[in-house]
Amino acid sequence: MSIANKITRILDYLKRPEKTSHFAKERLQIIIAHERGMRDKPDYLTALQRDLVDVIAKYVAIDKEAVKVDLERKEGFSVLELNVTLPDGL
Amino acid sequence: MKEQTVTKIIVITSGKGGVGKTTTSASFAVGLASRGFKTAVIDFDIGLRNLDLIMGCERRVVYDFVNVIRGEANLNQALIRDKHIKDLFILPASQTRDKDALTLEGVSTVLDELSKTFDYIVCDSPAGIERGAQLAMYFADSAIVVTNPEVSSVRDSDRMLGLLSSKTRRAEEGREPLTEHLLLTRYSPKRVARGDMLSLSDVNEILAIPLLGVIPESQAVLRASNSGDPVILDKESDAGQAYMDAVGRFLGENIPHRFIEEKGNWLKRLLNFKEKETV
Ligand SMILES: Nc1ncnc2c1ncn2[C@@H]1O[C@H](COP(=O)(O)OP(=O)(O)O)[C@@H](O)[C@H]1O
Ligand SMILES: [Mg+2]
Repeated sequence: MSIANKITRILDYLKRPEKTSHFAKERLQIIIAHERGMRDKPDYLTALQRDLVDVIAKYVAIDKEAVKVDLERKEGFSVLELNVTLPDGL
Repeated sequence: MKEQTVTKIIVITSGKGGVGKTTTSASFAVGLASRGFKTAVIDFDIGLRNLDLIMGCERRVVYDFVNVIRGEANLNQALIRDKHIKDLFILPASQTRDKDALTLEGVSTVLDELSKTFDYIVCDSPAGIERGAQLAMYFADSAIVVTNPEVSSVRDSDRMLGLLSSKTRRAEEGREPLTEHLLLTRYSPKRVARGDMLSLSDVNEILAIPLLGVIPESQAVLRASNSGDPVILDKESDAGQAYMDAVGRFLGENIPHRFIEEKGNWLKRLLNFKEKETV
């Protein structure tokens, strides 16, 4: 091992490890916002969304993100909202 | 000192295991009882009884929570009088492997009966979101959400907040929601300062519920569990004092937060041996 190499290794050893707590905070903010959005939604919503994407993809080339399914609870009933963004030129 | 009339049921919950629920339940129960409130603390962790060890009464367990629910013993036979504090009683969990041993009616009956004579009932929840955890929170008037400054604990706490707002009797009956309190435990100001640990304000900002207190990571906790004397009884220790403060705040007192800043400089630390104990 060269002297320079050794010095680098010693310096590496003395260096403070990188701060990581801000990664924790950012990741938590994103995942928790997402999970709060799903909180009161029934479990079948994700499966329904996947199936709808498959059906529509048979006719139109769309990507997975183009289909949004949402369930909104009102007094006495719920509204299933379906939003499909189709590509240009159709 | 004491002016409670209606019984209050408190659940100590977290989702994640090993964050300090049982430690908190034991210290909180001791804290409330030492202020003159007649207090019962119930171990809901069926199959993994541990509150008895932390309270130092494991050798005196004869009957348990499930025995009472099944009518094999009455409540007075199962309640264990605490060895330190006059007005404190422990209802131990059963060691059965039958995960259906707790029933909604059974828990309801026991809590109703305790409510006739007790001021506070502290429910030590098991980890997870299964039956035991749901029953521990179902009848609660207040929830203390125990969280560590760490990603999986914070996420699980948020999940519990979701359940607390929908899966409790208060929520189902459309009554006033239970009061939620954040207790941040195993906190290390030193690691926060180093940028290795989520800070109090990070966790507060993410969970957005009122802060009841911060319990520092402390060697006193292990010593307390070794001897079976809840850490709040160790009046010299940082964790013991932090729990005492938290109980005071819970009762409505205005107590400033402590143990949230990094300790003084190295010279001060060298001169003060006690301070060396915090990790
Ligand atoms: N403030 C603290 N400082 C140091 N250790 C702690 C602290 N709080 C809890 N512990 C330790 O963490 C472990 C889990 O605590 P426990 O109260 O049994 O958690 P839970 O009931 O949530 O599973 C135990 O070993 C306990 O001694
Ligand atoms: Mg426990």
